[in-house]
Amino acid sequence: MNHMDIKAKAPAKRRLSLQKKQNLVGWAFLLPAALLIVWMCFYPMLKALLLSFQSGQGARLSFAGLKNYAFLLKDSVFQQALKNNFIYLLIQVPIMLMLALMLAALLNNRKLKLRGLYRTAIFLPCATSLVSVSLIFRSMFAVGGFVNVTLMRLGMIQNDINWINGSGETARAVIIIALIWRWTGYNMVFYLSGLQNIDSTLYEAAYIDGANPLQQFRRITVPLLRPTILLTVILSTNGTLQLFDESFNLTRGGPSNLSITMSHYIYRTSFENVPKFGYAAAMSYVVFILVAVLALVQMRVGDKR
Amino acid sequence: MKKLVAVLLVLVMALSLTSVPAFAEAGSHKLTVWCWDPAFNIYAMQEAAKFYKEVDPAFELEVIETPWNDLQTKLTTAGMAGDYSTLPDIFLCQDNAFQKNVMAFPDMFTDLTASGIDFTQFGAAKTAYSVIDGKNYGVPFDNGAVIQAVRTDILEQAGYTVADLTDIDWNRYIEIGEDVLAKTGKPMLSSTAGEPDMVMIMLQSAGASLFDAEGKPAIAGNDVVKKAIELYATLVQKGILVEVTGWDGYIGTLVNGTVAGTINGCWIMASIQTAKDQAGKWAVTNMPKLPDVESATNYSNNGGSSWAVSANCKDTALAFDFLAKTYAGSVAFYEDILPSSGALATYLPAGQSDVYAAPQEFFGGDTVFAKITEFAGKIPSNYTGAYYYEARDAITVAITAIMAGGDADAALSEAQSTVEFAQGV
Repeated sequence: MNHMDIKAKAPAKRRLSLQKKQNLVGWAFLLPAALLIVWMCFYPMLKALLLSFQSGQGARLSFAGLKNYAFLLKDSVFQQALKNNFIYLLIQVPIMLMLALMLAALLNNRKLKLRGLYRTAIFLPCATSLVSVSLIFRSMFAVGGFVNVTLMRLGMIQNDINWINGSGETARAVIIIALIWRWTGYNMVFYLSGLQNIDSTLYEAAYIDGANPLQQFRRITVPLLRPTILLTVILSTNGTLQLFDESFNLTRGGPSNLSITMSHYIYRTSFENVPKFGYAAAMSYVVFILVAVLALVQMRVGDKR
Repeated sequence: MKKLVAVLLVLVMALSLTSVPAFAEAGSHKLTVWCWDPAFNIYAMQEAAKFYKEVDPAFELEVIETPWNDLQTKLTTAGMAGDYSTLPDIFLCQDNAFQKNVMAFPDMFTDLTASGIDFTQFGAAKTAYSVIDGKNYGVPFDNGAVIQAVRTDILEQAGYTVADLTDIDWNRYIEIGEDVLAKTGKPMLSSTAGEPDMVMIMLQSAGASLFDAEGKPAIAGNDVVKKAIELYATLVQKGILVEVTGWDGYIGTLVNGTVAGTINGCWIMASIQTAKDQAGKWAVTNMPKLPDVESATNYSNNGGSSWAVSANCKDTALAFDFLAKTYAGSVAFYEDILPSSGALATYLPAGQSDVYAAPQEFFGGDTVFAKITEFAGKIPSNYTGAYYYEARDAITVAITAIMAGGDADAALSEAQSTVEFAQGV
């Protein structure tokens, strides 16, 4: 009896099964990267969370519980920034993604000449520096700048429009235009790669069945691109909620904070105004929670696998 | 090959982690400085080092170019980490940010009150920026005294001279402005939309501030603030002041001759002088004062910076002596840096020097430098407050609201509560 037991158990004690061994090797390879992520990402996030419960100016911080979060509810600039971010999100992201999808569908046509050139040209804006883009848009939309002069020559307006400092609507419009210009090509590339994976026989079959290009687009392209569309929606939402450069460089948040973004306000709170890192950390957590919640909702709605 | 690259990368990283620059220690002869602008501050520092070498031949000075935005970020980061070992011995600090940084990071600055530097030799308004709780934390440097620079040729077309614009108030200025606009089609002034500089200049010219002596916001019900904003709105409405987009747009109006003049810190002269074709057509005088305000003067300040000694300075005796014998004690030093950098002193004795009294051809042969040093001594002090930048933003919002036809008192109360809110967080 005893003898039998030892014999049966011995191999399990001495050696791990092959699968377990492979798993361990796998984990060993993952460990350095995982540790780096924990150290460089999760640890700072935890510290930031703790910081968001502290209040005070500069180095003189003390624990204050939820005070920072309570102040956020009363902070009119933060609320304006939150509103601006959602305006950018709700207007810019749908326009940009639809444009990107349309361009991708057009440029996926094998018969089109100079396809590579068009693709490169449309993708190129996102390889430019954000600061340069902002400064160029700023001068293009200045009073007496390129856009005003062109519109006046075309007879569409009588007097210069003060785009950047005139009103919140025009300032936000300039930011949205700059964003669409810069990011449409970037999203188009995702769609183009998604389109490569759609079997061309599907289109042939649809063509034979008498489907017109619009029907093919709606019934084949869009459903089969769903995972890619989901990815771009999440990426764009994330990017828009963390928007900084355009607000900081293009409109400087103006006029009267009507185009400021949350990230810009966080920067201002930390480095331009009297430094209040606890308060800034609390705002960062609001952005973080918003991004997480929106991504979750989008995954629930968009992922049908 | 790949291995070699990897090893090199690791080496580079390891080296960059360990190579902390060496800063001055007691008994050494070396100081490290952070400041910006090679043509101005950095140049002045290097010249100061040359002067100090005569006292201490072994003296060495390392200037690390650090633009103000980066400098502020570095100060904040070091302050938040509580680790000042990355800071240099001396750094340049914007006057408007001085109170804020001393309040947020009190241990980061070395008290200069008993350092042997004679602060009475500087313009009082200038020194006030870096005085906190009666202690001196900064050695005043560049001059932000406000000047009115005008195009004499444009004024002449409308039948005016510089004398007509000297020692006047804003009511008279508006009369002249309307006339000049009607006769020449040119506005008197330009300014950057969304920046409250002009209103802030008007405020200080009457010794008024956005804060009281205790640092509490004094915006709501502040008649001088209201008057300044309303005046600004009038200037814009009458077309006497034209608002443009951005700094480049503003400089453009000056060098392209779109406007008949400007009112700004005297450092604006460097930009004006880039238009070589306008040599001799510019003149400098004082700014108009606020009408019906008892404390009103024709002098104000905009911008400027001061030298601070950091808590990381191991040899404060050397730093104090260096500053005392150059920036705070040598007229010859200021004479040396003026011609090539245009760095105007707030060190009052320098104003008496012959170099300052030399006529400037660009400004119609006038002795503008002596004139500005004289202005600098007459500027009323005001309270910057630690929350200067918050108040500045709030005032910008108020200006926009008032110019759009909103109620001035309501807009100012709103600004007041915005700043109070910021102080409460």
